Amino acid sequence: MIISDLFEETFLSLSANKSRSVLTILGIVIGIGSVIAMISVGQGTTANISNQIESLGTNLLTVSPGSQRRSMVQGGMGSSQSLTMEDAEAIREITDIQAVAPTVSARKQVTIKGANTNTSINGIDTNYFGVKSVELESGAFITEAQIKSRAKVAILGPTTVTNLFGEGFDSVGEKIRIAGQEFTVIGVTKAKGGTGFGSSDDLIYIPITTAQQYFTGSQNVSNINIQVKTTDLMTSAQDQVQVLLLERHNISDVAKADFSIMNQADMLSTMSSVAGSMTLLLAAIAGISLVVGGIGIMNMMLTTVTERTREIGLRKSLGATKNDISSQFLAESVALTFIGGVIGIVIGYLASLIIAKFGSMTTVVTVWSVGLSFGISALIGIVFGYYPARRAAKLDPIDALRYQ
Amino acid sequence: MIKFENITKIYNTGGVVTEVLRDIDFEIDKGEFVAIIGPSGSGKSTIMNILGALDRPTSGKYFLDSKDVSTLSDEELALIRSQQIGFVFQSFNLLPRSTVLRNVTLPFLYNRQVAKQARLEKAKIALQSVGLEEDRWTHLSNELSGGQMQRVAIARALVNNPNIILADEPTGNLDSKTGQVVLKTFQELHSNFGHTIILITHDKYVAEHANRIIEIKDGQILSDKKIK
Repeated sequence: MIISDLFEETFLSLSANKSRSVLTILGIVIGIGSVIAMISVGQGTTANISNQIESLGTNLLTVSPGSQRRSMVQGGMGSSQSLTMEDAEAIREITDIQAVAPTVSARKQVTIKGANTNTSINGIDTNYFGVKSVELESGAFITEAQIKSRAKVAILGPTTVTNLFGEGFDSVGEKIRIAGQEFTVIGVTKAKGGTGFGSSDDLIYIPITTAQQYFTGSQNVSNINIQVKTTDLMTSAQDQVQVLLLERHNISDVAKADFSIMNQADMLSTMSSVAGSMTLLLAAIAGISLVVGGIGIMNMMLTTVTERTREIGLRKSLGATKNDISSQFLAESVALTFIGGVIGIVIGYLASLIIAKFGSMTTVVTVWSVGLSFGISALIGIVFGYYPARRAAKLDPIDALRYQ
Repeated sequence: MIKFENITKIYNTGGVVTEVLRDIDFEIDKGEFVAIIGPSGSGKSTIMNILGALDRPTSGKYFLDSKDVSTLSDEELALIRSQQIGFVFQSFNLLPRSTVLRNVTLPFLYNRQVAKQARLEKAKIALQSVGLEEDRWTHLSNELSGGQMQRVAIARALVNNPNIILADEPTGNLDSKTGQVVLKTFQELHSNFGHTIILITHDKYVAEHANRIIEIKDGQILSDKKIK
């Protein structure tokens, strides 16, 4: 049989049973559509997470206090007060390191007249904004002089401004009270995105010295943020910081270190792999409906083969070979999945747009996810069409002609 | 042109061995109109299946155009069917919900020797030779009467210009009047166009339209005589 005849035969036999063909195609449309939509959600989330982490800088190391250990009792991570301003000064001496920004953080109640919120208070020095690439929406950064004089000045995150004053309020120059101490707002940071706990938009920056005096009452620091000169130097810088701190804290066994060093690149890869697994999970769930659609195809094709047994016998008596018969039925199932695949991709794309618009989620439809679903739908046509087609081809012409 | 040499067919179904044909010998020349007659179970359908290259004999040789086709593969048999044999069935076996012309052009799907442009013309010639009125050609096959359907089926059998037309009880589903029209069609194809026609039937009256009758009983030839 020549190709153009094959197309004609396929079209004629599919349109001979329109409602059955449409329903079978629908199964594939739903399958492919949900795969596209689910992958778009997964990939959108992955892209979101990577963007957020990358916006914090990939050449960043963060040293946090380790868990406190007194005799046999193991404390929680970060419970010890092992890091000091002197540690930060010592780290600054390492040549691979560009800048060091120690911070002191605490959660405090913040009040103004008529409103209050509970947020994270971060004591920082002048290096912090450079290291963490924080930008200001309005106002000014904290200056060296303000740190020296333990000035009661504060820079607010945009979410905090909204919580206290209402959205878009120009809060520079306003007075706020943090745990009873009065501070003057001198700036507002630009929104970085991200929601929930640990958001970089819902916080308040104050001079580190002020934080130590009024809120923690010690020279200890909560974190030391380290900006390494280049990304290539990350590993060596991390090792040098570790050796230095072990030495300063008189610890010989690495396993007993009272601090931990976190690498943004590690975090990025961890989060990406988590998001990747999530994408896979979503795709797998959607894939189930695709398999169900494929079984629908097989069901329809088996029915068709049985119904058309005499026709198959006739075609064989006219000289059709096994190949002619099997390619005819295979072409029908592939045509069903192909049409279903195309419609499914369009519907999946529309669904991802709707999810993005009304579900406040980022969705990304990539070329590979479209290509993948297209490939899968063609494959399903072949896999689930193969058995019915073989069955048709194997029919004995004499029996088929006699079939009632 | 057709030569059966000691054709034997044995079926073995679940340990039960049935000898359907035993040492059948006959020759049919080009242009003959032969009826093979016998009661049901006599083996005449098996003869037709072997003649039509749908089945192979258990032993013996079948020469078609002096070529032994009794040992060919499935693919080679399919080629023989598409180029040398035209079938006409008792139950017509037309594609439903398809036009007369599509039914008649169907054999071309499996015969690459006919160019696509030539198909329609050949189909029209075949339909003319079976005497089907031109206004029926675009009708759907299920809108036709039984006699018309069978003539479409005969046109379909003719369209590839085969060596043999094999008709298996072609009047079995028709009343005697339309059956008569179909039999007349065969006679005209034989006398006007010189087609070789083999008619398989259990009906003596139908067989008498042919020029030669081969009578089969219990898998053997009972008689073989020319009547015209």
